Amino acid sequence: MTGNDFLQLGFYLIILVLLALPLGRYMAKVLQGEKTFVDTVLGPLEKLVYRVCGIDSDKEMNWREYAVSLMAFNILGIVTLFILQMIQGLLPFNPQGFSAMRWDLALNTAVSFATNTNWQAYSGESTMSYFTQMAGLTVHNFVSAATGIAVAVAMIRGFTRKQVKTIGNFWVDLTRSTLKILLPLSIVGALLLVSQGVIQNLSPYLTVNTFQGGSQTLAMGPVASQEAIKELGTNGGGFFNANSAHPFENPTPFSNLLEMLFILVIPVGLTFTFGHMVKDTKQGWVLFAAALILFVLMTGVSYSSEIAGNPLISKIGISGASAMEGKEVRFGVVNSALFATITTVTSCGAVNTMHDSLTPLGGLIPILAIMLGECVFGGVGAGLYSIFTFVILTVFIVGLMVGRTPEYLGKKIEGFEMKMAVSAVLIPSTCILLGSALASVIPAGTSSLANAGPHGLSEMLYAFSSASGNNGSAFAGLSANTYFYNIALSMAMFIGRFGVILPLLAIAGSMAGKKVTPVSAGTFQTTGGLFAGLLAGVIVIIGALTFFPALALGPIVEQLMMWVGKAF
Amino acid sequence: MGKQSTLDRSILLQAIKESFTKLDPRILWKNPVMLVVEILAVITTYFTIRDIFGHIGSVWFDGQIAIWLWITVLFANFAEALAEGRGKAQAETLRKTRSETIAKKLIGDKTENISASQLRKGDVVLVETGDFIPGDGEVIEGIASVDESAITGESAPVIRESGGDRSSVTGGTRVLSDWIKVQITANPGETFLDRMIGLVESAKRQKTPNEIALTILLIGLTIIFLLAVVTLEPYAVYSGMTVSIPVLAALMVCLIPTTIGGLLSAIGIAGMDRLLKRNVLAMSGRAVEAAGDVGVLLLDKTGTITLGNRMATEFVPAPGVSAQMLADAAQLSSLADETPEGRSIVVLAKEKYNLRERDINSLGANFIPFSAHTRMSGVDLRGREIRKGAIDSIERYLTEKGETMAPEVKSVVEEIAKKGGTPLVVAEDAKALGVIYLKDVIKGGISERFAQLRRMGIKTVMITGDNPLTAAAIAAEAGVDDFLAQATPENKLTLIREYQSKGSLVAMTGDGTNDAPALAQSDVGVAMNSGTQAAKEAGNMVDLDSNPTKLIEIVEIGKQLLMTRGALTTFSIANDIAKYFAIIPALFIVTYPELRVLNIMHLATPQSAILSAVIFNALIIIALVPLALRGIAYRPLGANAILRRNLLIYGLGGLIAPFIGIKLIDMLLVALGLN
Repeated sequence: MTGNDFLQLGFYLIILVLLALPLGRYMAKVLQGEKTFVDTVLGPLEKLVYRVCGIDSDKEMNWREYAVSLMAFNILGIVTLFILQMIQGLLPFNPQGFSAMRWDLALNTAVSFATNTNWQAYSGESTMSYFTQMAGLTVHNFVSAATGIAVAVAMIRGFTRKQVKTIGNFWVDLTRSTLKILLPLSIVGALLLVSQGVIQNLSPYLTVNTFQGGSQTLAMGPVASQEAIKELGTNGGGFFNANSAHPFENPTPFSNLLEMLFILVIPVGLTFTFGHMVKDTKQGWVLFAAALILFVLMTGVSYSSEIAGNPLISKIGISGASAMEGKEVRFGVVNSALFATITTVTSCGAVNTMHDSLTPLGGLIPILAIMLGECVFGGVGAGLYSIFTFVILTVFIVGLMVGRTPEYLGKKIEGFEMKMAVSAVLIPSTCILLGSALASVIPAGTSSLANAGPHGLSEMLYAFSSASGNNGSAFAGLSANTYFYNIALSMAMFIGRFGVILPLLAIAGSMAGKKVTPVSAGTFQTTGGLFAGLLAGVIVIIGALTFFPALALGPIVEQLMMWVGKAF
Repeated sequence: MGKQSTLDRSILLQAIKESFTKLDPRILWKNPVMLVVEILAVITTYFTIRDIFGHIGSVWFDGQIAIWLWITVLFANFAEALAEGRGKAQAETLRKTRSETIAKKLIGDKTENISASQLRKGDVVLVETGDFIPGDGEVIEGIASVDESAITGESAPVIRESGGDRSSVTGGTRVLSDWIKVQITANPGETFLDRMIGLVESAKRQKTPNEIALTILLIGLTIIFLLAVVTLEPYAVYSGMTVSIPVLAALMVCLIPTTIGGLLSAIGIAGMDRLLKRNVLAMSGRAVEAAGDVGVLLLDKTGTITLGNRMATEFVPAPGVSAQMLADAAQLSSLADETPEGRSIVVLAKEKYNLRERDINSLGANFIPFSAHTRMSGVDLRGREIRKGAIDSIERYLTEKGETMAPEVKSVVEEIAKKGGTPLVVAEDAKALGVIYLKDVIKGGISERFAQLRRMGIKTVMITGDNPLTAAAIAAEAGVDDFLAQATPENKLTLIREYQSKGSLVAMTGDGTNDAPALAQSDVGVAMNSGTQAAKEAGNMVDLDSNPTKLIEIVEIGKQLLMTRGALTTFSIANDIAKYFAIIPALFIVTYPELRVLNIMHLATPQSAILSAVIFNALIIIALVPLALRGIAYRPLGANAILRRNLLIYGLGGLIAPFIGIKLIDMLLVALGLN
């Protein structure tokens, strides 16, 4: 690693933590209903929302009520977004006159945005009206992220409350997360991006003459406002098809740095929020540390593989050793590898480089990051609640060795929690494995592939991992806008999202009802370097071993073959 | 010793036999991981047979996989059967005594001789000198000395009488003198011992809460790996290769947690067995698990922390009196005092002042025994009048003689009381000679034990009827963390509830009927076998030796059980990494020779790699059986130290061991030409 690249990575991490620390404390205050400096402006707005929607903000819910509210809200969201796309031709703010989308694509997109996946089987600039983008997609960018935060905070309450049935009020958590966390951040974020040249307008597409005398259509639109929440909410759905590689979405190295910070700042901040809410900041730091270990490892592998590049190409002599295909020269290798890792460890899925063009090992990292269950910082809220699953597994497996029934934060982990935690790991893994296995043997699955051999397998694995893990990025080689992929991936996204949320809410409910065992010298310590290492180890062993056979036939063998001079 | 080894051999043979009977899927379904292995063994066997007749695959290779899969299941069954056999043998020796006993059942005034096994709850039997007590019960009339050595190993007879806290008797013990009428309290097959035997028989055994949780995890892992292996087939088809079913079965068995899956129930049974070896009967496996989680131990002062009796430790003379004089008077006054306190005074005088014990009769002394009226005892001897007693009685005695107590003596008395001791004042001829310091003697090594418990994060609380001042002094000396003075059954119960509401699990021992509510409330309630039936019914364990200190050992057994489970789970999961490196390259090497680099163990051929992994997987089960039965080494340390140690051995060991083991097996296979 050159000194400069190393510096950039270190610089990024330091700024990230410096921003996430105060944000974490702020979010803890907001989520616990404490007064903050935004209350003068947003306080009355929050009350207005409750009054208009008829929400009793003091009413506490048990986990079942919480889950029902959450599901009702999300399913309603999916239905509305579906209808919106089907009738967009009749609605305003449609200067290009786009008509209704095909039903399966509309369904796929509706599920995709409601589940915080933002898998895009469509090209924004050639299918979506400004109205659909703003009133449909952008709204979901906020509320799907807020849903994630709500589930995470409900889980934290499960850990901190003693012998009660309730875990908070979904509507209140949703409203507070949207109004007081996501909205202010996106406004600041959008303004910063506009300062770098990200566009924000409602004008029709421009046709300009190029220097060579040809003409080119430039897509326009309210990009900046969607761009900020795209990253802050770890949504990832680009306004344009090229996503953050597009110069109107991500024009400068500084905007690139901003976007990378936006993606991780809330997930990292939430680990600290957790520390504040359980009144032991070390508990937050240990989750941060475990995720950081894996994050740095993955970034390192991805970066080294990209720097080493493809020997086949360097032999031809058309470029230097490093792999530059599919990368923007204005970002270079380090910022492409870093962005690729950031966007896949979180469930963001925004891209500034084409993952399909990464070296096989470099491409393995994004797949693996998604397969690990999006728990390495993970999506907004989703990362925290997913890592709790692994915390519970780690505490259970390793905690027994100290000679006590395993407990986390004083709460005993028993059969019910185990059943739910295992389900939360099993359900998305099942979607990935069965989905891609099905695709790999039926013509509807393989006919969409752009590449043969192991690379084609990687493309299918990536698609189902991305959908089940609610990431949304893609190995571009796959033509995903087919009936098979639209429907199969919609199912994967829905199950991958709610098949994790529901068991975890059940854990929150059961945990809230338990007693808290006081800490003593006999307590298995869930802070400190050893636990961080163990947690990272369990994530790798349980998360990665499941997929090792599949990966061996995909990216691993492809990398090995590339070294001996074979490509697909 | 010889008897022991024949016993072991018969248990071993029985276990081998049962390994086969346990292959019955109706029995095996209780162990889902092993059931999956059995199903895969059946499938592989089918393919082997197909190979033989259809000449499709390799009979030799598929056959070997099939054999090793069957062996894997058999090894797991053997582990369970062995643990069961040893537990049952342990219980059987306890039970043997009672089976052929003849009972004298009372019908009206007459007795009728019937077999003990025909007795029902509520029957009343007469037990006379020399008779065996036919079943667990309660003495309703009479008093007798009973030899309980059959269950406790303690040769000294104990007194059993109706009413009070010594009314409970155990079947299989023998009346040495006198007679008692016993009301039987349990039907045959429902006695404590029978229940305990149920805990070591896998068929009757209920899984404990932690075992259930662990089983769920193991099932989850099995399903995950099932998916990983099943989906490998379509991926392989896509990649243009075929993977044979026996090979997939081999991969699957290697990946699912067979090691812990195979040993889990053996570990649980062995934990019960260890309790039984220490003469403790547990009523449920849940109680043993709870013992590992205990955060607070309530310990009775007398018998647990202190030796039962107070001992004289010092003579403090009054001004103008030599210690020698005081000791002499004290010894004379105590010669006829057969109480342990009295004996200890005689002994102290002898040891410290070299005063030989004198013969009572030759002295011609007249002994004054302790009476409720004077509350003093003493001796009249050739005109000397020596008295000893509590300060108020001696003061009264002096006042009657027109004398007063020296203020120095009074202050010594106060001093001793403050330190938790019992002061006895000795007076001769109307003059207070000084004070005998009687002290509760703390058992040797007990404070080190408490320090150990503290390091393990367990709080000790001393329960005593003493006043708070005395209790505080003894508590400080013994090194307990807290104490409850002037304990009553009510405030004991309140204390337990208080600790429980703060989230701690509480363990205690008790024997009296008035202990029953507290025993029932506590999470681990150990009733003394000498205690009442009510106490035994309320607790969830019975200590046949009636030794309250054993509570500490019970906690250790509980912890060791959980640790063993955790260690082997970690080991089992860590093993998977090496197995992947053995099997994955072997599976696909024909289509993708590039995967050769993943064969970091340099296993000879794809076949030998797969076989080595399967064989290692089977052998590791049998290799770990002794560890599962014995439990992993237990050390009384804090959680962090224990974790680091166990992680190093079982975590890191679990990562490395299979790399070495698989390589060795591979070399052996090549040498034997089995690859």
